[in-house]
Amino acid sequence: MSVISYGLVRARLEPSGSMLARNWVAMRRAWVLVVSGGVESLLFLFAFGFGVGSMVGDITLPDGTVISYTSYVAPAILANAAMMGTLLETSINVFAKFKWMKVYDGILNTPMRPGDVALGEVWWALIRGGIYVGMFVIAMGAFGLLDSWWSLLAVPASVFIALAFSGIGLTLATFFREWTDFDWMMAVVFAMFLFGGTFTPVEAYPGFAQPIVYVMPLYHGIELVRGLSLGDFSPMMVVNVLYLVALAVAGTWFAQRRLAKALYK
Amino acid sequence: MPLENEILVRARDLRKRYGDHEAVRGVDFEIQRGEAFGFLGANGAGKSTTMRMIGCVSEPSGGHLEVFDRDPHTDGPAIRARLGVVPQDNTLDTMLTVFENLTVYAGYFGIKRKEARAKAAELLEFVQLTARSGDQVNDLSGGMQRRLAIARSLINAPDLVILDEPTTGLDPQARHLVWERLFQLKQQGVSILLTTHYMDEAEQLCDRLVVMDEGRIIAQGSPRELIDTYVTKEVVELRFGGKHTTALAEIARGLDGIGGQIEPLPDRILVYTDDADDTAAALEAREIRPTSMLDRRATLEDVFLRLTGRALVEDEA
Ligand SMILES: Nc1ncnc2c1ncn2[C@@H]1O[C@H](COP(=O)(O)OP(=O)(O)O)[C@@H](O)[C@H]1O
Ligand SMILES: [Mg+2]
Repeated sequence: MSVISYGLVRARLEPSGSMLARNWVAMRRAWVLVVSGGVESLLFLFAFGFGVGSMVGDITLPDGTVISYTSYVAPAILANAAMMGTLLETSINVFAKFKWMKVYDGILNTPMRPGDVALGEVWWALIRGGIYVGMFVIAMGAFGLLDSWWSLLAVPASVFIALAFSGIGLTLATFFREWTDFDWMMAVVFAMFLFGGTFTPVEAYPGFAQPIVYVMPLYHGIELVRGLSLGDFSPMMVVNVLYLVALAVAGTWFAQRRLAKALYK
Repeated sequence: MPLENEILVRARDLRKRYGDHEAVRGVDFEIQRGEAFGFLGANGAGKSTTMRMIGCVSEPSGGHLEVFDRDPHTDGPAIRARLGVVPQDNTLDTMLTVFENLTVYAGYFGIKRKEARAKAAELLEFVQLTARSGDQVNDLSGGMQRRLAIARSLINAPDLVILDEPTTGLDPQARHLVWERLFQLKQQGVSILLTTHYMDEAEQLCDRLVVMDEGRIIAQGSPRELIDTYVTKEVVELRFGGKHTTALAEIARGLDGIGGQIEPLPDRILVYTDDADDTAAALEAREIRPTSMLDRRATLEDVFLRLTGRALVEDEA
């Protein structure tokens, strides 16, 4: 990279870095909260993977391969962990900072712009999601659910999920008015978790439901992580990645527009 | 030395509209480097709206505004980098400690960590909050939070500090502590822009001020000039036992021709005059005998009353 473009990138990213730094300082005293979110997904893995898995045993995928049900479900729960980590961080926490604590009102009196704030929140959500994913992958490895070295690619794959959902969560945060709105979000999230291909291949759903599943961001995340951790590559993964990145960009851009509209009044 | 007559803020026919309500209705003013400039006005006059436009966090809906010779529309970040802002509601970061509020805020200006910490310590000393450095913001009293917000606004060594109602809601002692700090800033040559609805604050702190009412500037000048222009030197306050509003208005009509302007208030009548003794004699001549008579120097409060027919601070009953 040339010196000039390095300088430009730095100038662009430094402000969002100070938003990230603010969150780091604020959370320094509350790491228990961050880590507890990861523990929750581990409990899911135990309940579904080992509990249900021990009863189902092996399953046959549409392409004929036979794998243990636990190996089939674990990547989906990983995808879910990445989603929850970032979605909660961006939606609930950003909502609280935005509407309750008025943190951004103070920040916008500095050279910081709404876009810097939004981007800083995305970086922070990625870090938080990354912590969940890291904890989870280590647990998967410890339980022998990582079939090959390829499966470590599930980690970067989860980053795309985290990106997409931080964009979505940011936008939601700007629309929410009260805490009950989060119940709606959680209902949708749970529906995605149940029907987004977590427990069965999407081909098992009735025909009319399949297009709905294809629209769900979590479905694309699950496909990506599952394909990688099972070492089962397909060109569709490019579509999965593009879909997630598009959501991230659109969500972040839209969120900063909404923040600007609400705060530059 | 500051440049002679360097203009920091220039506004011409500046307007701000919210829906079909116009909060600021075409104001003109210029703020010079080194001066303490005030906006005096009652609640809802449009002071905060004007401050927010100068602070580049609110887009004007009409007119012309220049801050540091730049256009807020295109150069917001560059302008804000040189401003220090104490918003009406502090907007301190309640998830951070007192000290972190300063260091983190410094980060938003791109100030490096080490420098930020040194500066934060120095500013906490300045606002006398060093002992509270590690406390949560919510544990501070209102006056302390205000001082912290002032310290925070100074973190980038701003060319202009904007304070929106710096002492509203504070008890007298806390107000005096804030005033002391602002005096000190003035002495250091820092340019100050403040809004207030306290006339004593405006009188004490401002070199020059505008009186704002219902989105318009209705008078401007130094506190002395305003008083000399709009009211007489002295004011005689008359009270008539328990008599109120209508009864007082009745009496006021009988005062015609005594002194200058007569201003009946809910609980007393003000008589503007150049000579209180003459006025007392005139009252006696008409056999009007108030239960109490107080003469005092005219203040900005009187200017406001004279210009708008209303008191600056509504009775907080
Ligand atoms: N964000 C807003 N949306 C709609 N109206 C507003 C908004 N902010 C201020 N106003 C209105 O504009 C007028 C001036 O308000 P403001 O500038 O806060 O006055 P002041 O600071 O002098 O008390 C008030 O009538 C207020 O209700
Ligand atoms: Mg105000």
